[in-house]
Amino acid sequence: MATAQSTKTHSVSIRGLAQSYGSLQVLKQLDLDIPDGEFLVLLGPSGCGKSTLLNCIAGLLEPTHGQVFIKGKNVTWEEPSKRGIGMVFQSYALYPQMTAERNLSFGLRVAGMAKDEIEKRVKRASEILQIEPLLARKPMQLSGGQRQRVAIGRALVRDVDVFLFDEPLSNLDAKLRAELRVEIKRLHQRLGNTMIYVTHDQIEAMTLADRIAVMKAGAIQQLDTPLTIYSKPRNRYVAGFIGSPSMNFIKAKVAGTVKVPTVEVAGQKVDISEYAFVDGAVVGRDVEFGARPEHIRILRAKDATAKGIIAATVELIEPMGSDSLVWLELGDQKLSARVESSEHYKSGEKVGIQFRIDQASLFDLQSGERI
Amino acid sequence: MSSPSTNIEPTGPRPHPWLEWDRVVVYAFLTLTALYFLAPLYIVIITSFKDLDHIRDGNIFWPQTAYPDGVHFYDPWRRAWWEVCTGLECHGISPNFWNSVKVTVPSVIVSVAVALTTGYALSNWPFKMSEAFFTVLIVGSFVPYQVMLYPMVLLTKNMGIYSTLTAVIFVHTVFGLPFLTLLFRNYFASLPVELFKAARVDGAGFWRILIQIFVPMSLPILTVAVILQVTGIWNDFLFGVVFAGLPNYPMTVKLNNIFTSSFGVKEYNVEMAATILTGAVPLLIYFLSGRYFVRGIAAGAVKG
Repeated sequence: MATAQSTKTHSVSIRGLAQSYGSLQVLKQLDLDIPDGEFLVLLGPSGCGKSTLLNCIAGLLEPTHGQVFIKGKNVTWEEPSKRGIGMVFQSYALYPQMTAERNLSFGLRVAGMAKDEIEKRVKRASEILQIEPLLARKPMQLSGGQRQRVAIGRALVRDVDVFLFDEPLSNLDAKLRAELRVEIKRLHQRLGNTMIYVTHDQIEAMTLADRIAVMKAGAIQQLDTPLTIYSKPRNRYVAGFIGSPSMNFIKAKVAGTVKVPTVEVAGQKVDISEYAFVDGAVVGRDVEFGARPEHIRILRAKDATAKGIIAATVELIEPMGSDSLVWLELGDQKLSARVESSEHYKSGEKVGIQFRIDQASLFDLQSGERI
Repeated sequence: MSSPSTNIEPTGPRPHPWLEWDRVVVYAFLTLTALYFLAPLYIVIITSFKDLDHIRDGNIFWPQTAYPDGVHFYDPWRRAWWEVCTGLECHGISPNFWNSVKVTVPSVIVSVAVALTTGYALSNWPFKMSEAFFTVLIVGSFVPYQVMLYPMVLLTKNMGIYSTLTAVIFVHTVFGLPFLTLLFRNYFASLPVELFKAARVDGAGFWRILIQIFVPMSLPILTVAVILQVTGIWNDFLFGVVFAGLPNYPMTVKLNNIFTSSFGVKEYNVEMAATILTGAVPLLIYFLSGRYFVRGIAAGAVKG
């Protein structure tokens, strides 16, 4: 089979995977290839199907249609334990009556592995995760971060090809989350396994992923490297979902000529000839013009005479410490711009703003696709 | 106007009077309720240690302190256990105590074990029609026993076990199943589903997950189930009368017969002793496991 052939070079391949409950379609005919050693993040809001996809890969859910390949082998009908996967859950899912050590070794004991081999693997995993002093404790006696380490260890001892993470950091507080995030990245660098990581947290996705799959309503909206997704979102949805604070969107119309296209923003013309159109400029098209806060430059009113500068009013300032967010009024539009925290603006101040057109995005108003 | 410094400014906890009106009401109510429930028990206990003369002449609230020669404080208990008669049979209540034990132990074990497994299957291994099956169970746990009595008599007759202890065990097991299964199914449904998933990724199957993961987590609900079944079956009267047959009567039926079939002098002291003996088992169970029972009733609070 042609499809089976092409799955050989990949660690995990999904072919036409669909999942539905009655009339509710959770996954729609999904295809996905994950190369060996890749860290793939499935990112999306709750209910987008990302956990369903992960559970199908794990074998904890039977798909309505489609196939799952792991290491070139069709595992669609295989038991979870026979797929060569290890899984880490949001709620840790440690067996409460067993010590950390017993939690780590449970799967190996089920598989009937020799005792000294079990000991060796538990020792290695607990060294990597630095949980050796905790091995005799029960989950109740561990903190959240320690529990999640043990849970990662449980996947580690299985010596698997593919790690599956189902929102593993969502139950932790912000500081621990940042710590463990780095540790998971370190773990990936050290082991080089394929990892599939489900989250709704875009920071986790940006920092961890080799590639991010942004999902919505059971379909992948965009599958790209984090930076591509950030700078060249394929559609309006991805653009709005990634980035905090969110990208600024302004409804506009492409005008001017094909050579020198412009958009009109709040009655003022902006030259967009620097913009890299996907298929060339289409004059007269209704679009949404998108610019991230860091791609808006604020100029003092007295400097605001040059071409391509449009007038705006400062509404309020949110200091973030590392930088500040300035909210601007532009007609009836509200825009946010990121500035250095040393720059001070007063509310009500008249300023000029300039967009970095080469970093901006244009989306078709109807379809929402990038143009 | 006085300056602020001369006033007492509120600081720290707001002062409370030593005795508050609403507290008095609460404690008065609690005390009365406790007395209301404890007084009968007190009278039963002290009466069981009196001789008949003292019962006739003495104060009902006052225990007997002195006994005539040859009369012991434990005589009513001895009579109740070994000697008291119903009709021509004078072996006391002890044979029926053992009948109750023989009924209760196997019924509790079988019904709890089967319900545990069924509840687990319903909650974690859904099969075709499992929802329909579950609905039938819910309906089943609300069917009044009387409705099923006659069909059950026919069934046990056809099985050839009518009028034996086996019939009583069978009936108790069957009637215990719907509610117990419901209890276990809901408990297992309240456990985090990720625990089950983790065990499956670890390669554990149906029985291993049940026995090694779920049962150790189920002590509170197991306690509740065992207590419900032990007390329910021990206190049962109806099935004992209908299915056991004369020599196999459980303790409750025997106790009733002692009350109703005694001729001549009514031995209140012996009857009280027999009553306490009959009630001792459920009472003991409550005392020994009360803590777990409350914990199990409030279950769902099992966080990993």
